[in-house]
Amino acid sequence: MSGRLEAAMRSRIDGGGKCLVPYITGGYPGWMDAVRACAANGADAIEIGIPFSDPVMDGPIIQQASQTALDGGATPVSILHDVRSLDVGIPLAVMCYYNTVFHAGHERFAHDLASAGISAAIVPDLPLEEAGDWCAAADAAGIETVMLAAPTAPDERLPRVAERARGFVYSVGLLGVTGERAALALTATTLAARVKKITTKPVLIGVGVSNAQQAVEASRVADGVIMGASVVRRMIDGGADSVGEFIAEVRHALDGATW
Amino acid sequence: MSILQTPGSDGRFGEFGGRFVPETLVPACQELEHAFSDAWNDPMFRADLDQLLREYAGRPSMVTECHNLGSELGIRLFLKREDLNHTGSHKINNVLGQVLLAKRMGKKRIVAETGAGQHGVASATAAALLGLECKVYMGEVDTERQELNVFRMRLLGAEVEAVTSGSRTLKDAVNEAMRDWVASVETTHYCLGSVMGPHPYPFMVRQFHRVIGDEAFEQMNDVLGTSPDYVVACVGGGSNAMGIFSGFVDTPAQLIGVEPAGGAAVGRGQPGVVHGMKSYLMQDEYGQVSEAHSISAGLDYPGVGPEHSYLASIGRAQYPTVTDDEVIAAFQLMARSEGIIPALECAHAMAWISREAPNMQGKTVLMNLSGRGDKDVGQMMSILGDVI
Repeated sequence: MSGRLEAAMRSRIDGGGKCLVPYITGGYPGWMDAVRACAANGADAIEIGIPFSDPVMDGPIIQQASQTALDGGATPVSILHDVRSLDVGIPLAVMCYYNTVFHAGHERFAHDLASAGISAAIVPDLPLEEAGDWCAAADAAGIETVMLAAPTAPDERLPRVAERARGFVYSVGLLGVTGERAALALTATTLAARVKKITTKPVLIGVGVSNAQQAVEASRVADGVIMGASVVRRMIDGGADSVGEFIAEVRHALDGATW
Repeated sequence: MSILQTPGSDGRFGEFGGRFVPETLVPACQELEHAFSDAWNDPMFRADLDQLLREYAGRPSMVTECHNLGSELGIRLFLKREDLNHTGSHKINNVLGQVLLAKRMGKKRIVAETGAGQHGVASATAAALLGLECKVYMGEVDTERQELNVFRMRLLGAEVEAVTSGSRTLKDAVNEAMRDWVASVETTHYCLGSVMGPHPYPFMVRQFHRVIGDEAFEQMNDVLGTSPDYVVACVGGGSNAMGIFSGFVDTPAQLIGVEPAGGAAVGRGQPGVVHGMKSYLMQDEYGQVSEAHSISAGLDYPGVGPEHSYLASIGRAQYPTVTDDEVIAAFQLMARSEGIIPALECAHAMAWISREAPNMQGKTVLMNLSGRGDKDVGQMMSILGDVI
């Protein structure tokens, strides 16, 4: 049974295209307009970050956006409340750290996501061995849990990660935290190729995919990309218009490439 | 059967512990778990470590009876003198173990977090001795209140990075060390400084520190013919406390872990997940981790090692709190009565003993003096300068 996120990915892939999933930090001033700008300019789904006090997978840009959002009073409850009025017509996923989930309680959090209209969740500090209880609660509430595949994973681990993944498999682009890089790491396409070999689920590369050219390069192997820090930096510097222009540019590059 | 647990591959102490890390770090934690298990069961490794502990760190540390304070308080008070170890605290026990292990695993570099600087200094020391590159992350607030330790680490050849994110204290230093490790995991060992973090760290670090409790058990037995009525230690992450508790957890001794009032993870906390572990955690109504506040940088930590949460949950150990004012008084009390300047962290344990002495008349009390107070003299001078 595939959910809304996976259906959206498959629809793009089946049409011969590549998926584009931008990340926006929830609660940052102007974030809802930034989400709308992503949707209006060719995003296939959007990842909404729920800020956490101790984001160990995030580099300086997303840390800064998270801290600004927290300082402005953003909470998981206020963000999910605002999500209800986002009528963007494409699937939304949340990216949140596990204590946000654990503190609320698995069933309650899954229910809160579903009733806010969220389709999926990405929890980067919840590895396969610890994910069972959350994934069961999420499955029961119709929330797709995207699992991360890491460059350090041995061959025997990847099929288990892919098996547990819903929506798509998040193929981590490099050894390190989120942030823009001058070039796409070699590990990005190497890992995505390994994951593609063992699953029929959509495989997207995220972390360290920083511009349109890198998005195309990554998509030569993967089914698409997740773009975080590059999008959030534009939201911080130029607001929703700047985000919209960037997403349009990446969409154009992905649509113009031949695969 | 001992109350001390050997966690299985799920890294659990009761419901606490586990391994809540990004996928990237899972293979490294598994590799470390197996490497530690192999090393710990290898007589050659143990002999190498014992030799370092003996000839370099100066173990065994002695037990000192405090006759002046004892008669003043109406108790028999004993100190386990971890302050006399090389580098001035218990931290060297764990660091020698981990750096020796890192070398055995073929790692070229270690990263470490530090609060007061004791673990950072110990890490820099062990890295210098055993020839590894060392980078220490320290909250900017702590680099200011412990600038001597920053210089000490640099003298020892370590790179020190002041962490400017979040509360700019110990928890943020842990975050930054983990971010470094995510990017450098193939060549680098994360030398975590307390009984916290993802499995196998809480277990491994406790095993490296249990030498404190194992020695103290024998030493107390020699003096008293039995174990003491109370075993008292301060708790931030909880490594010195787990070390000394290890020797007495299966005796009738009451185990007391003293937390700062502004950092009472067990006392005030609810279960939460941060820094790779499920444990008691100071957090707000949405699960955002709270900032701890304590006069001592080494205890400014909103979490606590998962085995402490377990011992608290089964009622085997108690975790009371003391205030900064009580700590300042205890710091001076120990200096004047015994000629020993304790680390501010240990002054928390002394503060509890001093406050509770009326309820312990005639009892025997063993306190872990986990570090010396030289590093705190500057800070105390600014607090007490005009008063004494």
